[in-house]
Amino acid sequence: MKPMSVVLKQAVIRRRGTQILGPIDMTLGEAGFSIVIGPNGAGKTSLLKVLHGVERLSSGTVTWSVPDEDARQSQAYVFQKPIMLRRSVRQNLAFPLHLLKVPKAEIAERVQDWSGRIGLHAALDRPATRLSGGEQQKLALARALIRNPQVLFLDEPCANLDGRSTREIETLLLASYHAGTRIIMTTHDLGQARRLASDVVFLLNGHVREQASAQAFFAAQQSDEARAFLNGDIIE
Amino acid sequence: MNEIWAGIAAAFRLIVTLDADLVDITLRSLQVSLSALVIASVIALPFGTWLAIRRFRFRRLTIATLNALMGLPPVVVGLIVYLLLSRSGPFGVLGLLFTPTAMIIAQVIIITPLIASITHQAMRELWAEYHDLLISLNTTKGQRIMTLIRDGRRTLLTAALAGFGRAIGEVGAIMIVGGNIDNATRVLTTAIALETGKGDFALALGLGFVLIALALLVNFAIHALSRTEREGRW
Repeated sequence: MKPMSVVLKQAVIRRRGTQILGPIDMTLGEAGFSIVIGPNGAGKTSLLKVLHGVERLSSGTVTWSVPDEDARQSQAYVFQKPIMLRRSVRQNLAFPLHLLKVPKAEIAERVQDWSGRIGLHAALDRPATRLSGGEQQKLALARALIRNPQVLFLDEPCANLDGRSTREIETLLLASYHAGTRIIMTTHDLGQARRLASDVVFLLNGHVREQASAQAFFAAQQSDEARAFLNGDIIE
Repeated sequence: MNEIWAGIAAAFRLIVTLDADLVDITLRSLQVSLSALVIASVIALPFGTWLAIRRFRFRRLTIATLNALMGLPPVVVGLIVYLLLSRSGPFGVLGLLFTPTAMIIAQVIIITPLIASITHQAMRELWAEYHDLLISLNTTKGQRIMTLIRDGRRTLLTAALAGFGRAIGEVGAIMIVGGNIDNATRVLTTAIALETGKGDFALALGLGFVLIALALLVNFAIHALSRTEREGRW
């Protein structure tokens, strides 16, 4: 599968008369670990959903460098609140592969592999809805990665998780990034942004205020708002 | 009180002696209502699920109509099916009137809206929960419906059992289209109506107890087969 880049042109989302996102002009390259930061309500989730193609734009375009159908098929999305199918852990992991009609033997093999990587090997036959929050989020991540997506979207994957779960998830994310997965993630946690990001998009009131490499962004912010945000001030 | 005791005694006697007529009538009841249940479920379960996930112009109207149809009076359904199947009706040539097939048709019409409506209610909640994930995984419409039906199977079972309950206890429609013909279209409910009319309360009550026992038995059997309460965690 070819690497993918994406271009947003004058992308706008309006809901009930108010503009909640945009207009945004932005390009995200073929590789990298992009972190989208910004205060609550800045439009981070909307931006992610627009890129993933599950949220419709009111106007403007989002264009992937490959045909839409290929792009959708090779992306995965991890939601802020993990969505667990009312099935066992094993069946949750196997679900995306079943949809693709992967042969049974290969599914079993990949489920074994991934359940080991997230440390849920012993819990394979437990109902997924009974797992703890951290385990559910790890399961959601593994279910997203089991398809070997080209692009992985994560919406605050570590919100409300303790330090250990957060570290485990970050380890998995970095491993997958080094294996060549393009990652686009939102976070509230500036420490996490510093640890993971290769580049940063700073979003405020639905607009992209800054986009830079992580090194440049954390060394010197161009806008007052970004500086204030990094200082921990409340900005609106 | 005497009639009730006599009824219990009659029911006991009928069951213990495996009365030929009783067995015949009971099997026909089961055959008609279970066939109606299977056909109605095949229509209503996917339709109710589809209604829950699909947005279209007359959706609200369709759902309101469906809910209204849950209260469809069986006698009127019977009458309409009777007119359609009678010799002079559009389907008269098929010669279906006063056969078990006619009774099945009438019962399918009665219970399909009920099953579809309960299915829709249950699936709407499940869909709200699964929506983002299934959209994100780029599923086809068919895959979405299959996933919802699979994971919502316990509520679907409840819907189907509600439909069965309505079918097995229904008398108005099958009386009209079946005609309550001995050894041909007589079922438990029409037999009870007949015996009551004749004044044979003991036999009527006996049949009534058999009917109740049958309904319980079918429910237990289906629950046991699907292991609802054992894994009943979701």
